Amino acid sequence: MKCQQCEKPATFHITELTGEKPHELHLCEQCAQSYLTQNPSGGMPIQPSLAGMLHHQLKVADTAKELAKLDEQVCPICGISFYEFRNQGRLGCPHDYTCFGSELDPLIVNIHGDTQHSGKHPKHHRQSSQDQTRLIQLHNDMKAAIEKEDYERASQIRDEIRKIEEGES
Amino acid sequence: MRGSGPESDIVISSRIRLARNLAEFPFIRRCSPQDRKSIEKMVHDRLQAIPGFNTLYYLRVDELAHVDRQFLTERQLISREHAEAEGARSVAIDNDERLSVMINEEDHLRIQVMKSGLDLHSAWQQINEVDDQLESKLSYAFHERLGYLTACPTNVGTGMRVSVMLHLPALVITNQIEKVFRSLQKINLAVRGLYGEGSQAMGDFYQISNQITLGKSEEELIGQVSGVVPMIIEYERKARDFLITQNREDLHDKISRAYGILCTAQTISSEETMHLLSSVRMGVNLGLIDDLAISDINKLFVETQPAHLQKLRGNELDTAGRNIERALYLRRYLQDRGKEHRDERN
Repeated sequence: MKCQQCEKPATFHITELTGEKPHELHLCEQCAQSYLTQNPSGGMPIQPSLAGMLHHQLKVADTAKELAKLDEQVCPICGISFYEFRNQGRLGCPHDYTCFGSELDPLIVNIHGDTQHSGKHPKHHRQSSQDQTRLIQLHNDMKAAIEKEDYERASQIRDEIRKIEEGES
Repeated sequence: MRGSGPESDIVISSRIRLARNLAEFPFIRRCSPQDRKSIEKMVHDRLQAIPGFNTLYYLRVDELAHVDRQFLTERQLISREHAEAEGARSVAIDNDERLSVMINEEDHLRIQVMKSGLDLHSAWQQINEVDDQLESKLSYAFHERLGYLTACPTNVGTGMRVSVMLHLPALVITNQIEKVFRSLQKINLAVRGLYGEGSQAMGDFYQISNQITLGKSEEELIGQVSGVVPMIIEYERKARDFLITQNREDLHDKISRAYGILCTAQTISSEETMHLLSSVRMGVNLGLIDDLAISDINKLFVETQPAHLQKLRGNELDTAGRNIERALYLRRYLQDRGKEHRDERN
């Protein structure tokens, strides 16, 4: 489904309850953000808006200079910047939850009212978050080594990946 | 949508979805085309190695024609986003179309189980088993404190979305639906309309789902949705009773006219069909129409959608062509069904 205001995919589905009948809106992240910020008297949407929440949280927490600095933060594993996350509403890799943790945790509390998982755990899961992050990094390094035709390095990396993976079984 | 299962006069379907990501790859948005291919192949190979999973239909969504992708969307086996995305992606579907596993949607894996009627507990039992089996072959991205890690922080934790699709025509007619929306909003449940061609909310179908995915167990989240649904069912039944006792003739007339149009129209839009079928569905439930079953109406909702009509016809149709084909399909189906009923009675 496309955004009603531009050509991007609609990722926000807002139900307005201010009129006589509920009114549905389908917007992309950016249009949803501008709709929500430009429409203070139009009633609150029932869906929490990720971009809207972040916008609010950052406005309260940071000066423009600090925000610009925060936006420049880049995840060393997947390369996504905080600015990109803010714009797209999607994270780049599992490590982002650690790397952008201090900004993400308040957002997660806003959305879920909690920061502690209490549901099921994978039964076979034996890798720590650090090992999982290391695996993504090693896969990236191996791709780069193969592209450079550095097969000796690629084989060293493969051994390292195996060591971590064997640790899990 | 089989029209069976508990409370199926009002509850169309129960659905649970789990979002999962593989530990060793970045999330989809940061995947290279090569990463997407590797994930797709890896998941496919490992699915094949799970007993019972090698009988799943496995479709490469990126290799399908537009109409086939739309067909899968109309049957709720893939999301619109999955149908419209780019790059290597696929879906595995079981024989009775209750289980589907999307690969490379917004998350690496989106597992979904759908049941007819209000049946969240058996949906959870099935999806939990499927998840355990997949996890024995795949390493999921999991955080000690935050649970299952997802591309969007709105899904982190259990990665679980529990939804129930309800048919609430009497609450719409009696203008009480907004009140229901507001009370659901207060307890952190989301309400969405059902969308047809274009993107307008249509008919009187509403999907209720959990918004929170972190901090509560899967059973608690299911309990929250399945606890509130019987109350909405009761409101809807009361509203239907009110309508039929206070205004039986008007209601019967509205429903009979809707049925009449569906039986005789020569061209009909998807939106009008949804509205009319909604009335007829309520008529069948209230005993005002006796030659159709709920399963017939549910079937018509699915099969009068654009891609279904084009598959049935065997060629592409523009909007006008689809409207004619839809009317023809409805006329034939309802005539045949009516005749069968008359024969059964004689």
